[in-house]
Amino acid sequence: MKRLLAICCYCLGLMLSLSATAAEKPLPSELEPLLQELTESSLSKAIPVLDALEAEGGEALQPLFSYMLEGDLYYIKSSRQVIAVSEEAGQETFIDMLSGSEIEPLSSRDIKKIRVNNRLRGHLRDAIARLQLGSESAAVRESAVRSLLSDLDENTLASIREARLNESAGNVKDVMDMALALYRLESAAEASDRIEAIAQLEGSLEGDVRNALNRIADNDPSPQVQQAAQKALVGIEQKVEFYAFIDQLFFGLSLGSVLLLAAIGLAITFGVMGVINMAHGEMIMLGAYTTYVVQLLMPNHIEYSLWVAIPAAFVVSGMAGVLLERLVIRHLHGRPLETLLATFGVSLVLQQLVRTVFSPLNRQVASPEWMSGAWEINPVLSLTLNRLYILAFALLVFFALMLLLKKSSLGLNVRAVSQNRDMAKSMGIPTGRVDALTFGLGSGIAGIAGVALSQLTNVGPNLGQSYIIDSFMVVVFGGVGNLWGTLVAAFSLGIANKFLEPVTGAVLASILVLVFIILFIQKRPKGLFPQKGRAAE
Amino acid sequence: MNWLTQLFAAGRTPGHRVLPFVTVLFLVTTLASMANLMLPESSPLHVSTYTITLLGKYLSYAMLALAVDVIWGYCGILSLGHGAFFALGGYGMGMYLMRQIGDRGVYGNPDLPDFMVFLNWDSLPWYWMGMDQFWFAMLMALAVPGLLAFVFGWLAFRSRVTGVYLSIMTQALTYALMLAFFRNEMGFGGNNGLTDFKDILGFDLQSDTTRVALFATTALMLGVVYILSHLILKSRMGKLIVAIRDGEARARFLGYRTDLYKVWLFVFSALIAAMAGALYVPQVGIINPGEFSPLNSIEVVVWVAVGGRGTLYGAVIGALLVNYAKTRFTAIMPEGWLFALGALFVLVTLYLPKGLVGLSGQLAASRERKAGKAAQQEAHS
Repeated sequence: MKRLLAICCYCLGLMLSLSATAAEKPLPSELEPLLQELTESSLSKAIPVLDALEAEGGEALQPLFSYMLEGDLYYIKSSRQVIAVSEEAGQETFIDMLSGSEIEPLSSRDIKKIRVNNRLRGHLRDAIARLQLGSESAAVRESAVRSLLSDLDENTLASIREARLNESAGNVKDVMDMALALYRLESAAEASDRIEAIAQLEGSLEGDVRNALNRIADNDPSPQVQQAAQKALVGIEQKVEFYAFIDQLFFGLSLGSVLLLAAIGLAITFGVMGVINMAHGEMIMLGAYTTYVVQLLMPNHIEYSLWVAIPAAFVVSGMAGVLLERLVIRHLHGRPLETLLATFGVSLVLQQLVRTVFSPLNRQVASPEWMSGAWEINPVLSLTLNRLYILAFALLVFFALMLLLKKSSLGLNVRAVSQNRDMAKSMGIPTGRVDALTFGLGSGIAGIAGVALSQLTNVGPNLGQSYIIDSFMVVVFGGVGNLWGTLVAAFSLGIANKFLEPVTGAVLASILVLVFIILFIQKRPKGLFPQKGRAAE
Repeated sequence: MNWLTQLFAAGRTPGHRVLPFVTVLFLVTTLASMANLMLPESSPLHVSTYTITLLGKYLSYAMLALAVDVIWGYCGILSLGHGAFFALGGYGMGMYLMRQIGDRGVYGNPDLPDFMVFLNWDSLPWYWMGMDQFWFAMLMALAVPGLLAFVFGWLAFRSRVTGVYLSIMTQALTYALMLAFFRNEMGFGGNNGLTDFKDILGFDLQSDTTRVALFATTALMLGVVYILSHLILKSRMGKLIVAIRDGEARARFLGYRTDLYKVWLFVFSALIAAMAGALYVPQVGIINPGEFSPLNSIEVVVWVAVGGRGTLYGAVIGALLVNYAKTRFTAIMPEGWLFALGALFVLVTLYLPKGLVGLSGQLAASRERKAGKAAQQEAHS
């Protein structure tokens, strides 16, 4: 957590330094002697100079500190003038820090780097964070306080206290209060003060708070304080466990949503035609590769590429499905085992085709900006956005499909054929066309699943194969010809898998799930939700 | 002697063609072995040891194909997981060969195979005990797959799991085993499997005579298994098995416990596959979890389909032909093989439902149909 914050801060500094490349605000001229001193002092002597600079110059020094943190701060050997050298796209710009204006490029022999070490870097980060307390953006202020939590001292505390007075945003205030309480906990001489601080910190999920409480619980001279800290810790651990549970549940749901997307198309084709399409996984793969190609075609608009890729993948995989049905499966009607073999052959050909066209190596599909990142609910629970979107997307596809099957005339025909093919045929339903369309629909949805999968894993020729057995398990577990069953089965298998994983390891978890399904089929050969009445058999 | 006359009489009826099959197998084996051992290398008729080993490998594949044909061709059970039994048999043999290395391994540990030393294990796991005895290892190589087949078959057939469900279950079975064997903690060498074998029963695995002996043993066992399968399928039980294939519900209503027949046939088939695996490993010199991959198992099915199922010799012919094609193909254009294999799956199921051995019958039937049509037209005109 601390590392993450440090990185955030670092990125922030980077952004600031980039935005400041063209020209900087000039620094007050009374800082000149201090800057001179900075060029002369050794690594160990630099900290007092930096503190003096911070005290004198305040916010204006943020760019200087950022440059120094990056190691971009130099001085001219002859004049001891402090300059920043920033590089963008191979173009070096030289900025005089005091005047803030750009100067003529210098050769590398004339300048010397102002050296930094890890200790200095830590100090600089804190200094930048302290300066950022005065920033206009509440988010920047909050992250500044958070990054200061790890090493609080009197100096920092003073800045936070000062900032606390003018703070308007509630959540920033909370974090600041936490920082103050944390400092009180560690430094207050009175036991009652420390207990009060513990009471204030109770329920906080911040990693630094937990560390501090742990230290206090073990080492505090007063037993009452130790007890209070332990009690607070127990409460916090319970909360942490609860959020870890939620986190696991979320990962389970996420795996479930992927399984649902992969299995749902299979459920339709298997339910309606009673044939197993072993090339279903390859339809998923085709969808993923379509996403890749779409991104190749529009490299400057990755943001919108998914909106193009979803319909494109549906069409590509759907067409492949219709072709497969017309050319192969139609001729094997009523021979499910042969269909299984023939479609397996098709899957081999498709895999090899992709290997020949795109190379056997995995392809990286870019994630659009709006899908990357995470929704941070609190310090121990953050849900990655791409998984969240895919979960929502899977449900959306599921309900759209339900709607299609219940309300459209195609859906009516599909249901009729799946319930009683001969009767449907004699009522004038063109079963051949319904078969082809169903197959296209199922394969098209597999293509959409491929788009979603491309956002989670690498896209390679074996992408589909790794999902095919799992999707069959979902369909079989849920009961053939029942979409609700598929939904329930996908999510329960996903969650079961993710809850087993920490106990048994990933491989053993998937083996256990497989064994469970094999045993389950013994008990209920028709799945969780078997078709009832005349529709069955 | 009644069974003997029956056996040879069967050769003449269109069925398993036991006599021609055994004769051809015997002749090829003897000639190839002699050509390897007796002719000098300069002779144009000399058969290299490489070829002998290749032939031995093909024959063990043929045995595996036979195992699949017995249940698929005669009982309609499409197993997509027979590679699991094959690999388990292979692991049994591999464990024996591994123990025979003794202290000649890289680490020189007399008890532990190299990979266990590498994993810092200090003693043999219990399931490796006794595997240094050939008879015990062979017993295990057959018993473990047989038991697995029994448990799986018992569970599946009793609850009447049939058709594509069963196929997918068998595929899941081999997939789960593959994942399990890839784990180092299992104690079967993980990813790398078992390899670097030195000798079998005291004979050097690399020498020509051992190779020929292994090849001849494989051929012999194939012949034995072939005759055994033939006897079973020609017996009363065999008739019932075909009846189950053609109408399981009817056979059940006639009072037969169809599930028991299926379980025993499944176990018999698994035993053949395990034996094939045990013969395969010393000839190729390695066994790894890749043998469990679902693709391998399904490839076996296509060998049977190409040759023609439900004839026994069709499965053998299919296995030999497809594997020969694979060897040639992967040497010339490795990328092309999967295209060819995939096309083979589609074309055979679409156009050759009876396989290559059924081709002549299929052609004759279509000729007859044409002739019949022509006769009809003549009658009309």
